[in-house]
Amino acid sequence: MKKAISVGLVAAVALSMAACGSSDTAETTAASDTTAAAGSEAEQAESGADDGMEEFIIGSTGPLTGANASYGTSVKQGEEIAIQEINEAGGVQVGDTTYKLVLNFQDDEAKEDKAVTAFNTLVDDGMNAYVGAVTTGACLAQTDLSYEANILQITPSASAEAVTENPNVFRMCFTDPLQGQMIAQYVIDNGYESVAVLWNNADEYSAGIHDAFVETLEAEDAGLLVADESFATGDVDFNTQLTVIKNSGAKLLFVPAYYGDVAYIVQQAKDAGMDCDFVGSDGWDGVLGQVTDPSVVEGAVFLSPFLATEESAADFVSKYEAAYGATPDQFAADGYDCVYAIKAAMEQAGSIETEALIQAMTEITIDGLTGQVSFDESGEPDKTAKFVQILDGEYTAM
Amino acid sequence: MLTSIMEQLMNGLRTGSIYALIALGYTMVYGIAKMINFAHGDIIMVGAYTLYIGIALLHLPVIAAMLLTAAVCSVLGVLIEKIAYKPLRKAPPLAVLITAIGMSYFLQSVALLIFSSTPIPFKSVINVEAVQVGPVSISGITIVTLAVTTVIMIVLTLFINKTKAGSAMRAVSEDRGAAELMGINVNATISMTFAIGSALAAVAGILYICQYQSLRPTLGALPGIKAFVAAVLGGIGSVPGAMLGGIVLGLIESLSKAYISTELADAIVFGVLVVVLLVKPSGLLGKKTLVKV
Repeated sequence: MKKAISVGLVAAVALSMAACGSSDTAETTAASDTTAAAGSEAEQAESGADDGMEEFIIGSTGPLTGANASYGTSVKQGEEIAIQEINEAGGVQVGDTTYKLVLNFQDDEAKEDKAVTAFNTLVDDGMNAYVGAVTTGACLAQTDLSYEANILQITPSASAEAVTENPNVFRMCFTDPLQGQMIAQYVIDNGYESVAVLWNNADEYSAGIHDAFVETLEAEDAGLLVADESFATGDVDFNTQLTVIKNSGAKLLFVPAYYGDVAYIVQQAKDAGMDCDFVGSDGWDGVLGQVTDPSVVEGAVFLSPFLATEESAADFVSKYEAAYGATPDQFAADGYDCVYAIKAAMEQAGSIETEALIQAMTEITIDGLTGQVSFDESGEPDKTAKFVQILDGEYTAM
Repeated sequence: MLTSIMEQLMNGLRTGSIYALIALGYTMVYGIAKMINFAHGDIIMVGAYTLYIGIALLHLPVIAAMLLTAAVCSVLGVLIEKIAYKPLRKAPPLAVLITAIGMSYFLQSVALLIFSSTPIPFKSVINVEAVQVGPVSISGITIVTLAVTTVIMIVLTLFINKTKAGSAMRAVSEDRGAAELMGINVNATISMTFAIGSALAAVAGILYICQYQSLRPTLGALPGIKAFVAAVLGGIGSVPGAMLGGIVLGLIESLSKAYISTELADAIVFGVLVVVLLVKPSGLLGKKTLVKV
């Protein structure tokens, strides 16, 4: 009997290791569906390419399935709108040639291994420029590959600093440290006297924001931060950490995390009877779709470069709603802006060679949905931040 | 300080009572069928999704949806036993164990195919007000979970010790061959064990999603493993042991997260298990078995 138990324990350990990665099997099917869809789009584009236009293929990856599926789906749909607009307006004029844009989007499930496979698939299929990846971890796994393959890469939303280390990589969103600093500044400006932070110490995105936030806050006043608690990817129970935060007397809780984790945290905070204010990073976008009761996030503030209710976005929002029956979020706007950045770079460069495109990226300024943006040589964007507040179950501008 | 310790103990009780409920199923199946049913955690997941289908898609009343959940899980448990485990009853324990792990992955993959891995939000169907005891507030779901687990443990102990079917179970557990010779229907007894064990998993599934309000195909995997550890800690095969093991595990986890380190919590939990097994190899409440030579 003892033997049976010890065998069982070994198996338990093996299973617990496998448990984290075991959500893969069926998603492959979904991924291959996407490939098929992308393939048929490409075919349609080829058949329509008889009107004297060359094709310019934009490769892209992001999570279309899995816990972060909302991000990838939004980016893809934003890109589709931009490409449709550009093609309908006659394509992109580069020198004597007119290019028609074609999108090839692959699912990476926000996982490093899938991201590498997806990127290699895109290279094999042939692409002229790359928009991706949507999430930081996946993007970090790809930047060296895109450098070796000599392809212009613009990430819509991967925010870790290391992403833009290679000269061929540009970024549309804010970096993690920059987000941390801006949110810390928001906290200081609003006069909060006691602040707690709950972050995912197994995630580059969360850790990057947390470190810069804590640094900025403590540079202002070391007594502001009263609780600094962490969790791990895949945790669903945050009661222990929330109890510590509650007893620390914090008036504000900052959660730099993705909306999936945030949904558990805000729900459990309410159950625990906490009444502090919430502030979040841009990963919060989409949280209203995950909570069962919108009142648990009422009043929460998060950083976001885009808000669908703004007037400047009205045209994009109506097209998006007509096509997908959903309101676009910042990821859709980032994807849209990335495509326009590539268009601008093509026109500026007068060529579709990677070196010329990279050079042109630092010279362009685009008036995008996420604000007016230009890029420096390190690949970082130059634009201003906006905060969004959740009021009456809606995202509202502050 | 005292309040915060009390609150952390409550958090521990809350997770611990769910572990205990799942561990009851493990321990029952182990006690009678002498096998570790690794698919148990995934039956919890099936239970959670069944409740979701019943309430969100079929719009059944809550009680009917819960009964449907228990029924679906019981039938599934019996089917799994008939299809996957029964043909291997005379095979070495390792073969059965691997089949059980395979069954666990099979259930997860089927759920992935049907529901995909995008989490589905699900609003709790158990709405009990939090109770304020002095400065400590105990959430409604914690009270419900604890009460349900305690009642089930008592009923299960009475059932095993006082009823005819329970006697049959104990007989099969002690000596399958002799029980068969005494006219006990071994197949029916084992089926009944799986049906009850899986119904317990259904209850755990209901309580689990009412607490965490989100459905994923892998939701049963980690609690399943923790509960297995709880069952071993308490003495696998012992019903009160499973309850004790689950609660002790929940408390250790919560206290180490709060006062030592979030990252080390799991290491501490498994460390305690190793120490307990070194000192008392049959677990906290496990019976010492004499092996005749």
